[in-house]
Amino acid sequence: MYNIVAASFGEIFLKGKNRGTFENKLIKQIRLALKDFRDITIYKDSGKVFVKTENEDNMDGIIEKIRKVFGIVTISPSIKIEKDPEAIIVKSIELFKYLKDKKAFSTFKVKTTRSDKSFPIKSMEFNAEVGGRILDVFNDVTVDVHNPDIMIYIDIKKGCYISSEKIKTAGGMPVGSCGKALLLLSGGIDSSVAGYMMAKRGIEISALYFHTYPFTSERANEKVRQLKEILEEYCGKIRLFSINIIEVHKAIKKFCREEETTILARRFMMRIAERIAMENNMEMLITGESLGQVASQTMKSMIVIGNAVNMPILKPLVGMDKSEIIERARKIGTYETSILPYDDCCSVFAPDHPLINPKLESILKSESNLNVDELIEKAYSTLEIL
Amino acid sequence: MEVYLDNSATTKVRPEVLKQMIDIDENFYGNPSSLHRMGFQIEKKIREARKSAARIIKAGDEEIYFTGGGTESNNIALTGHLANVGKMHNANVVTTKIEHPSVYNVLMHFKDKVEVRFAKLDCMGKIDLKNLEKIVDKNTVLVSVMHVNNEIGIVQELGKIAEIVKSKNKVAKIHVDAVQSYGKIIIDVTRTPVDTISFSSHKIHGPKGVGGLFIRSGVRLSPIAFGGGQEKSVRPGTENTPGIIGFGEACNLVYANFNEENQKLNELKKIYAKKLSEEIKDIKINSSLGTDGAPHILNVSFKNIRGEVLVHYLEQSGIYVSTGSACSSRAKNNRILEAINLDREYIGGTIRISLGYFNNFDEVEYVVGNIKQSVDDIRKIMK
Repeated sequence: MYNIVAASFGEIFLKGKNRGTFENKLIKQIRLALKDFRDITIYKDSGKVFVKTENEDNMDGIIEKIRKVFGIVTISPSIKIEKDPEAIIVKSIELFKYLKDKKAFSTFKVKTTRSDKSFPIKSMEFNAEVGGRILDVFNDVTVDVHNPDIMIYIDIKKGCYISSEKIKTAGGMPVGSCGKALLLLSGGIDSSVAGYMMAKRGIEISALYFHTYPFTSERANEKVRQLKEILEEYCGKIRLFSINIIEVHKAIKKFCREEETTILARRFMMRIAERIAMENNMEMLITGESLGQVASQTMKSMIVIGNAVNMPILKPLVGMDKSEIIERARKIGTYETSILPYDDCCSVFAPDHPLINPKLESILKSESNLNVDELIEKAYSTLEIL
Repeated sequence: MEVYLDNSATTKVRPEVLKQMIDIDENFYGNPSSLHRMGFQIEKKIREARKSAARIIKAGDEEIYFTGGGTESNNIALTGHLANVGKMHNANVVTTKIEHPSVYNVLMHFKDKVEVRFAKLDCMGKIDLKNLEKIVDKNTVLVSVMHVNNEIGIVQELGKIAEIVKSKNKVAKIHVDAVQSYGKIIIDVTRTPVDTISFSSHKIHGPKGVGGLFIRSGVRLSPIAFGGGQEKSVRPGTENTPGIIGFGEACNLVYANFNEENQKLNELKKIYAKKLSEEIKDIKINSSLGTDGAPHILNVSFKNIRGEVLVHYLEQSGIYVSTGSACSSRAKNNRILEAINLDREYIGGTIRISLGYFNNFDEVEYVVGNIKQSVDDIRKIMK
């Protein structure tokens, strides 16, 4: 029945003069999401993006893909038809029959939107005319303008589109419309969700993964790569950097107190992340921290860790409960991969009794036992793009 | 340099075996059930392979059935023995807590129908024969034991076990999981009255995906799969001809040099044990170096390290070993290491070195040197 998908934007409308850029970013993301489909054309028509396919069997697959693209608020499987009143009516009746065969209903409403004012019939009049013709054919249905069982939307733009559903989609802003940032991606549940949430607000994400091979397995890298691939369904292409910080851990182990391990290691991670972000024109860091979740995410710990860098750190999960984060991870589809049991660097070097209220002065003092620059340089030399 | 020391997990196929397999796929690709000449030719080759597999344990050719591997053999045998036991029989099965999952989980599958009894183990991981004698009774329908334990290589006294079981209950069946021992330890079914034996090709430098099951003449198993009658309906399905022929060739190679080869592995194992003990402090050799230890398995624990970290250290030098237990937390469930009373500080730092045909004495120095260096390094970081 349907041969085209109409995608409506959300907040892009709010963006005034930037709208063109936003729309183009969005089209780029849609194109990327649909790269596996042949015979499709993507185009703009008066404030919506349309994906036309020559193969109706692809409709479900296309919808499944673009419902994950940020910046789209609803999508409607639609029928494109020439802008001739009689043709529109005939097609509307056809769609109506199709819907009735699928599922029984008793009330309906026709809603015409006419952004092309050259169309000869006004919206209200056309609603009445189409509705009347439908009633002529089907005598077991009535019109209900307040609470109809189904809708028939007729959208008259440069082309004309008939549809019946609006499928709610990911929302947010097109990826890339709000700058670039570096996500510290651990392989656990939280950081993937954090990346998702910031990408949803239009940030183009790159990711950085710290490992401690040979204290962790190469399989752990693979897990992070899989998480990256799941996120890419929403966020577009993600560059994944990896750094081995085993030398940092060795030095901390040797020269510092055990309970400070996590805080000190985190400060190193932030510094390395900042450096990679700056070198790649990224302006912020993103972490999956949630206030109070673990020792290194208390307010005091966050202050001490954040103190290591100047770059702002986005923490979209800061006010969320673990259960809320898990629920979100399940929805995104990262949860099952996140809980695969490969050691990440936290678990091998985690102290038995980590500091909950670290003091900046004493951490700085411990750090003065370390050659910070050299250790960063050592870690940085292990940089790989996975 | 690459040194593969994980031969209990699987082995590298020997070139002679590979050559045979390629020959089958290139020249004898017919279906042995086909009436034409090519079918007949490959059928003859399977018959030869069956002979080769049979003579390793002194079985009759007709007592050998080719299967899809060790796990499948265990499933066919155990399910075959137990499927017809009724709920009302008050029956029991005797086994140990250190069996392979393909035995343990099958028995657990039947636990509502039959009582599963676990024979006690002594501090070497061997079945306590007195205890075995006590728990086998007139209601015992099946005794299932692993001949060589895959983790520490302890060899169970099959002869004595069979004698005890049959003297307590003539009709009780005995199943042996010989996946680790086939081709390594002498099994003589003409003297040892066991009923079924599982074995596998890829542990003796044959291909993966093929194994065997010995079923003593006269012993009947309920089928677990149904099909076109191949392998006398014990394992129906078109025969994995290149696999079976490859397996047969691997058996020939084992048979030709049985004593020399296993003596070499045993020597090598002893040298590793000796050198490691000399070079590294706080080490425990968990495998027996006597006749009750398999020639190819050396299980070693180092105090205060983590086995999986050592595995990753060694892989960087091209040395492949396996962990004795995945990590210290999971070691709680490691029954064999518990059975031998290994200390807490050692249990997480366990690795298994398992030897095969391709290993030689020249590798020892390289391997021991690397293990020493890695253990030192890990201890420095972890403690």
